[in-house]
Amino acid sequence: MNIDWASFTPWSALAGGVMIGLAASLLMLFNGRIAGISGIVGALLSPRQAGNGERWLFVLGILMAPLLYTLLVARPTIVVEAGPLALVSAGLLVGFGSRLGSGCTSGHGVCGLSRLSMRGLVATLSFMGSGFLIVYVIRHLWGG
Amino acid sequence: MRNLIALLSGLLFGLGLIVAGMANPAKVLGFLDLFGAWDPSLALVMAGAIATAFMPMQWANRASCTLTGEPLQLPDTRRIDRRLVIGSLIFGAGWGLAGFCPGPALVGLAAAVPQAALFVAAMLAGMLLFKWFDQPRARQ
Repeated sequence: MNIDWASFTPWSALAGGVMIGLAASLLMLFNGRIAGISGIVGALLSPRQAGNGERWLFVLGILMAPLLYTLLVARPTIVVEAGPLALVSAGLLVGFGSRLGSGCTSGHGVCGLSRLSMRGLVATLSFMGSGFLIVYVIRHLWGG
Repeated sequence: MRNLIALLSGLLFGLGLIVAGMANPAKVLGFLDLFGAWDPSLALVMAGAIATAFMPMQWANRASCTLTGEPLQLPDTRRIDRRLVIGSLIFGAGWGLAGFCPGPALVGLAAAVPQAALFVAAMLAGMLLFKWFDQPRARQ
């Protein structure tokens, strides 16, 4: 293993992580809900479902974040290397897979692991595993 | 109150993704490139998030209602089944392919990044495809 120290940003990573943890805690402590983005967005695709009002507001909050960050700090750095075909395939896989597996990085990763949920752990190991594998294949086998 | 919490939680979540660098697919792929020049930052994002949410979530696991006396809606299934594993493997493959997962993709969409918009459109299509795929089972 070869650590890329120049790209490693431990403090901002921890600070951002604490903010994400606080956001998930708020939603659980006051609204009794798991902050799972794929679950929230997926539920919005079934209109008139109970609780969709607050789901829309949660999504609105996320959408406001880059605007607020741009006003207060700077334009967030977002670098996308994938081309259109990869983006469309990736989006389809992420949408379908996260719904089939009932969660993504937020619901299974952050909420599931902090609840010590076995399902969250199995899901997180599965998506991390296939994520590592696909990047290995793309960057080191095909691109090698 | 519920609506205000939902909005604040979403905003804080989105800002956290940006501060953490998670909203940047290039950084996410740097973490997923375990066998290349590996950027471990994302492990610290998870560690910070889990350490912060741990006590509140443990409290919620044992509580009978929220702090404001409302019902807790925790997942009721504990089964480790094929859907969980296969779905997560598929999700991870998509995540590794472009570096976007659902939250950061929404941030990218609102930051007017065209690739994020394309990804979100495909992600919504994938979710609708799942709904269609899942419907015959739901009716049984």
